[in-house]
Amino acid sequence: MATITIREALNQALREELTRDEKVFLMGEEVAAYQGAYKVTKGLLEEFGDKRVIDTPITELGFAGLGVGAAMVGLRPVVEFMTFNFSILATDQIVNSAAKMLYMSGGQYNIPIVFRGPGGSAFQVSSQHSQALESWYAYFPGLKVVMPSTAADAKGLLKSSIRDDDPVIFIEQERMYGNKGEVPDDPDFTIPLGVAEVKREGTDVTIVARSLMVPVALKAADALEKEGVSCEVIDPRTIRPLDIDTIVESVKKTNRIVLAEESHPICSVNAEISAEIMERAFDHLDAPVKRVSGADVPMPYAKNLEQLAVPDVQQIISAVREVAYLD
Amino acid sequence: MPKLSPTMEEGQIARWLKKEGDKVSMGEPLAEIDTDKATMEMQALANGVLRKILVKEGESAPLGQLIGVIAEPDEDISSVLNEAPAKQSAAAAPQKEAQPASSQREQATPPPPKPEAKPAEAASGNGASGRLIVSPLAARMAAEAGLDLRSLQGSGPGGRIIKRDVEAALSREPAAAPASKQPTFRVIEGKAQQPLVAGASAYRDVPASEIRRTIARRLVTSLGPVPHFFLTSEIEMDRAAEMRRGINSLDPDLKISVNDIIIKVTAAALMQHPEVNASFQDKFVRYYEHVDIGVAVAIEDGLITPVVRSADLKSLSQIASEVRELAERARSRKLKPEEYTGATFSVSNLGMFGIDEFTAIINPPEGGILAIGAMTPRPVVRDGEVVVRQIMRVTMSCDHRIIDGATGAKFLQTFKKILENPLYLVV
Repeated sequence: MATITIREALNQALREELTRDEKVFLMGEEVAAYQGAYKVTKGLLEEFGDKRVIDTPITELGFAGLGVGAAMVGLRPVVEFMTFNFSILATDQIVNSAAKMLYMSGGQYNIPIVFRGPGGSAFQVSSQHSQALESWYAYFPGLKVVMPSTAADAKGLLKSSIRDDDPVIFIEQERMYGNKGEVPDDPDFTIPLGVAEVKREGTDVTIVARSLMVPVALKAADALEKEGVSCEVIDPRTIRPLDIDTIVESVKKTNRIVLAEESHPICSVNAEISAEIMERAFDHLDAPVKRVSGADVPMPYAKNLEQLAVPDVQQIISAVREVAYLD
Repeated sequence: MPKLSPTMEEGQIARWLKKEGDKVSMGEPLAEIDTDKATMEMQALANGVLRKILVKEGESAPLGQLIGVIAEPDEDISSVLNEAPAKQSAAAAPQKEAQPASSQREQATPPPPKPEAKPAEAASGNGASGRLIVSPLAARMAAEAGLDLRSLQGSGPGGRIIKRDVEAALSREPAAAPASKQPTFRVIEGKAQQPLVAGASAYRDVPASEIRRTIARRLVTSLGPVPHFFLTSEIEMDRAAEMRRGINSLDPDLKISVNDIIIKVTAAALMQHPEVNASFQDKFVRYYEHVDIGVAVAIEDGLITPVVRSADLKSLSQIASEVRELAERARSRKLKPEEYTGATFSVSNLGMFGIDEFTAIINPPEGGILAIGAMTPRPVVRDGEVVVRQIMRVTMSCDHRIIDGATGAKFLQTFKKILENPLYLVV
């Protein structure tokens, strides 16, 4: 086990998959010569050459479409969006081509493509560059949506995503690239898609958190432990398909649930999980499902306002106290 | 003063949670009230400012009395306050005020103008007539425990009954409900298992205790594989006979016999003494869920015991017609094996042959058999007088490996009690 950053873990995953399967290639803005806007693709141009690590023009719709076409003829493209904010320009190719091709071709064309890059809030990059778009993509049948929160998950899930025969939206978090964690050395280490992980076991309240909210929820759980409240923290890791069974089983044990996310609250993944809990665990709830989401406003540029717009440890603690009837 | 418990008539202010001049919003805790049952939180029903406290901490007020005024900061509340002393003496007045004015139409003088500020009332829905507010989990837990949610006080927001309230209630009254029930039959603990013979009683196997095994081992060396002992009781049959006449006069087609009544009573008594409705199986004792009674029927060259299944669940008329039908087919040798095997207990009646009393041999693996003698008028002493009663002698044979003297005697006592007072069958 080596302790490495999420950035290095992603880089290892790309290197190992490029080595393992010559059909895999990388494409995106600044991925090659500049080695990636966030240096996730560091050293890969040098190692694999410009046929497999390709710089694109600033044309998201264009190179996303190129990727879909390449996937249709048997390659396994990994398309980097410098941030997922720019994927908005490519949604026609992602939603109308990648997601639907297998269905509309009557099963003739799998699209083994990964669209990856950072999403969510960064530091003071304002409204257009701080968006959590996972609920957009999770909405569409035909797409898988993956969001790792640790170095090991980042590596294991990216490798599984590249090996998967369907289009995968792989959303990293810009603030988390430097987070370190232990990662198994095994070059065949993978984590299956669609499997949640209990990041911390507890008995009183279930907290479901993903991506940036996982470390925040774990800190809240630490603080609550001192008050005698035992929190179970679950990271779904894959948003679609969602491992709802693990969450429901936890609620059956704790009878209370808090959902934490960075994205806006309306029609969010939290909203979806709430509905599932209501349908599947109604008789086990001792308190209403409590959601903690990002503010329902475009992300402010001002530092103090930006801090207020992203859920923090205190908000999660308050939510847990509320469902545990401690206030 | 709001009604915070179903039986509350007045309440004492334990504590005001707001001072005069404090802003209050709807649903916010306003005061703690001691009711006849508990200290309850009262919530504000309106937004505004707590302008005036009329009943101080420690003071009591009857239901409906004005205890404080919530109004806008600059609102004129003098009319409400002027009216207050009058209301203090007439507790019912504010309740009238809450009703539509139509009920006061016949009054000669117009009703006093309604104050804008309303007396604070509890917002909790868990009041005497209000809808219960309860978490889904608490509702399910209460239902499973047979707990009346209306007996609980919710500690959640708005008086919501939550898990901890149900848990607290359950720990307060351990098994109160079952204790109050009059048991008409008892159940042996253990996992119920299904029988191999179709239609036969389910049973529970319980490991034979060390003492049972020792008793079994010792007794079989003395008296063969099924060590019998016998208990005899005299039973006054006047009421049972009267009941039989009464039933048959209702409908001659019913043709209930005394033996049918005995079968029914045996089943009822066995359900109260499950340790007798059992079978010794060497390593364990098998307790049956229901009573399948073998009825000994004499046939041309022998004896056969057709079985009345689940006699405890059947009516007298069902038992009568079933026994008649089974006996007929027994005599014509048309019984199927499953109709004469797998009883849990037997009854043998030689009364029709004028036998006063006899002992019957247990049909293994059953635990016992009742030998029924003839019903004959005999002089007996009742209240110091010699009177004539219909007396029937019953002798119970018990398998001593599972039934001890006292166990068998208690069963026979119950059997006698029911047979002498057959109304027990319908109680």
